[in-house]
Amino acid sequence: MVEITLPKNSKVAEGKTWPRTSHATHLTEFKVYRWNPEDGENPHIDTYYVDRDDCGPMVLDALIWIKNNVDPTLTFRRSCREGVCGSCAMNIDGTNTLACTKAMDDAKAPLKIYPLPHQPVVKDLVPDLKNFYAQYASIEPWLHTITPAPEKEWKQSHTDRAKLDGMYECILCACCSTSCPSYWWNSDRYLGPAALLQANRWVQDSRDEATGDRLDNLEDPFRLYRCHTIMNCSKACPKGLNPAKEIATLKKALVDRQV
Amino acid sequence: MIGLQPNDMRTAARRVRGLGAARSGTRDFWHQRVTSVAGIPLTVALIVIVIALLGRSHAAVVQILGSPFVAIIMLLFILNSAYHMWIGMQEIILDYVHDDKYKFLSLMMNTFFVIAVGLACAFAILKLSFGV
Repeated sequence: MVEITLPKNSKVAEGKTWPRTSHATHLTEFKVYRWNPEDGENPHIDTYYVDRDDCGPMVLDALIWIKNNVDPTLTFRRSCREGVCGSCAMNIDGTNTLACTKAMDDAKAPLKIYPLPHQPVVKDLVPDLKNFYAQYASIEPWLHTITPAPEKEWKQSHTDRAKLDGMYECILCACCSTSCPSYWWNSDRYLGPAALLQANRWVQDSRDEATGDRLDNLEDPFRLYRCHTIMNCSKACPKGLNPAKEIATLKKALVDRQV
Repeated sequence: MIGLQPNDMRTAARRVRGLGAARSGTRDFWHQRVTSVAGIPLTVALIVIVIALLGRSHAAVVQILGSPFVAIIMLLFILNSAYHMWIGMQEIILDYVHDDKYKFLSLMMNTFFVIAVGLACAFAILKLSFGV
């Protein structure tokens, strides 16, 4: 059955309040989820004070500032710092988003920072996305063709290329899937909005010749039909995409081939 | 992650691919939409009928509900709602009940309940119609 409460070893406790830098005048308070698999303790929320005069405007700037100036053990993923790589996806102020494109001033202080919900935690703000990536791989995100490859390239009209807009921009940050209640309850069998948006990206691609096989692999009460159009995915997407709409397009394609 | 045991040594790919796609679900999805659309005029008709029955004597109620036109609307409403309810409850069970034992049990109970309730309601209308 559904787990209503957290297991005993996941209950979150009050953590340490780290000292503020003495000379700072303009401070923002951060409450950050901490969990270390090696110390055998429950997760706890640490409090940090970020010196805004010494730090960039984004939440990721603040986390890097904390790591450099206050607590080098704070663990999180980051890479591109401009919303292209998807590494720094986390739950900020109750919403899944990218730390690098979320301005501190756009969130309520104290800023509450948690890892993406309902995924196993590796450490602190780093979730284990093995299942998420395996689901992406299961939709076979590459061109399938039976026609021998042309000498130059597979051609596509401008109109057909435009059909991929709103899908090719997905950076697989997992903000959408981990914001979806259906994905929370059934992530072992439901593919989730990110993988389904990507699946539709290949179903809609005019160059792909395996559309029917792709739909076959999605036609399942769990893989696709656990989506109940809750739309948290579209609300969460930091790239402004609409996974709920792409899932609806997939369902429509499945109905279209029957009636 | 639900169902993930600490000693589960299967790879993520094995777990995700599982038993493969069931190649079904579209029919339920489509029928749920069809019964929703059908439910709109039928529910309006039901409300009109119920309002028309307010304050009437038992004999008048029996006569109205037993008339062919009203009885057919009532039967359509009952069958449509029962089917819609069956699909909807099945969706909820698949969402929330993960233990196989309880899942199969509740799916069965859902079917039994819908058939029993649907049939009982339909029988009541037919009995009024045919006056047996």
